[in-house]
Amino acid sequence: MGYTITEKILLKHTKLKAIHPGEFIRAKVDICLGNDITAPFAIEEFEKLGAKDVFDRKRVVLVPDHFAPAKDMKSANQCKRLAVFAKKHNLTNYFEVGKMGVEHALLPEQGLVLPGDLIIGADSHTCTYGALGAFASGVGSTDLAAAFATGECWFKVPQSIKFVYYGKPRKWVGGKDLILYTIGKIGVDGARYKAMEFCGETIEKLPMDDRLTMCNMAIEAGGKNGIIAPDKITRQYLRSIKKEKRRPGDGKFYASDKDAVYNETVEIDARAVEPVVACPDLPSNVKPVKSLKDVAIDQVVIGSCTNGRLSDLEIAAKILKGKKARSNVRLIVIPATQKIYLEAMKEGLAKIFIDAGGVFSTPTCGPCLGGHMGILAEGERAIATTNRNFVGRMGHPNSEVYLSNPAVAAASAVKGKIAHPDEVV
Amino acid sequence: MACKGKAHKFGDNVNTDEILPARYLNTTDKAELSRHCMEDADKNFAHKVKSGDIIVAGRNFGCGSSREHAPVAIKAAGVSCVIAESFARIFFRNSINIGLPIVESPEASKGIAKGDTVSVDTHGGVIKDLTKKRAYKIEKYPPFMEQIIANGGLMNSISKRKR
Repeated sequence: MGYTITEKILLKHTKLKAIHPGEFIRAKVDICLGNDITAPFAIEEFEKLGAKDVFDRKRVVLVPDHFAPAKDMKSANQCKRLAVFAKKHNLTNYFEVGKMGVEHALLPEQGLVLPGDLIIGADSHTCTYGALGAFASGVGSTDLAAAFATGECWFKVPQSIKFVYYGKPRKWVGGKDLILYTIGKIGVDGARYKAMEFCGETIEKLPMDDRLTMCNMAIEAGGKNGIIAPDKITRQYLRSIKKEKRRPGDGKFYASDKDAVYNETVEIDARAVEPVVACPDLPSNVKPVKSLKDVAIDQVVIGSCTNGRLSDLEIAAKILKGKKARSNVRLIVIPATQKIYLEAMKEGLAKIFIDAGGVFSTPTCGPCLGGHMGILAEGERAIATTNRNFVGRMGHPNSEVYLSNPAVAAASAVKGKIAHPDEVV
Repeated sequence: MACKGKAHKFGDNVNTDEILPARYLNTTDKAELSRHCMEDADKNFAHKVKSGDIIVAGRNFGCGSSREHAPVAIKAAGVSCVIAESFARIFFRNSINIGLPIVESPEASKGIAKGDTVSVDTHGGVIKDLTKKRAYKIEKYPPFMEQIIANGGLMNSISKRKR
């Protein structure tokens, strides 16, 4: 019996000869990650353990990005704990404000993610890195503390679901629409505990940024990881990162065996997918943009680990160029990393957003989780390119969040209500 | 692990944003976190809950973010056990890692009513609704997890292994 790509990567990181779904394993991690919310707990636990050193100072990554640049004194203290720990353990990959970005955009860009890796992060969207053919999964702070000390983590080997996409996507349809459509189809627990393997001709042609968006939201279907077999596009992406910056080598390119066993196979005709939004209060409450009538908005957020990459900003700018956001709408654009920020300046995108009446912010997770930089008041409504629309996610428990791709978000800013890009361009 | 208390009922897909809203994530102080436990699902929960009480929820409890603050807040609020139809996976592993007993039982999740007195014996594999005089069988933890729980959490397990 063959193995799926997920099983192969997990097996490779153990001393075992074979593994099976449902089995508990202890596996070595290549990279472990924490942020200003989750790492302080992990640091406390690590220190309680009495461990002297982290298992490998190059493989422990700390990124203060959620409430950073620090939004208040308590957050400043949390961030400081990361800085102190990083200094004490001489960590290579601590990203202070000025170097930091939204972690899941930052790590691949910095060459810290390679195909075939096993990566854990005390952040649920760690599953993003599956886009590069790595096994990556979100864990908690205690798991992170254990990994700091041992370089290992425990797992239950997941069953896999194969999602096969075929056909050329329509205009304005991106990775965000494909994944929202998928979550809408299977529900927020449709892939609970399972590996989501995305494949098929649509995926083979899908650009890396869209792949990252898709794997990023595997967790919104309850998935343990999202994964795409590495290919030419992956290799090109790796080549685009300066070699001296990158971890050595190109990683290992795994693919699922022909006789691999799947729990389920789901086929999706990408031609049938329209630009969609996830309506409050669940990412699975997905409807075509065209089916919504007069949903007025107060705020638009374009950014996050889901859709804050350069191509996302380019799409938004294409729609906003020479146009204005409605006067009663706050447009907040947040490039996910400093590199993306600079490129957006160079390409003139920042000017387009500011001319449209928007703000162009320093990288932060900020509003996505109701942290800072764009919190919603009672009764307000936002459309955002982020990943969650739970009750109170972006602020007041009586505020609402609609999730969309960057084109729909930008078009909605212009119209002052949720709008299809065709209504604007 | 055996616990007993009054049931507090919640629905499906109770997510970590409702269990512990992000606006309180700028601390690791457990007492402070406990004061905001379940705040966006039930504003008065932290005032109502008594030591030993049990949360009974529907499907996919604890979905969303990986914040360990969520199970930490529940435990620090005095909740002795969470029963749900099913759990989201990061919440599940976080609870095991910090030693908060959580058990899956679709039948108990449906059968137990708000305010019922409930006992849970994870070792014996049974939930009892003492008010309704009904018992529900639960699966025992797999040995791997039982070990972590018996050691009092993941860090204690590691500490033992090192010695």
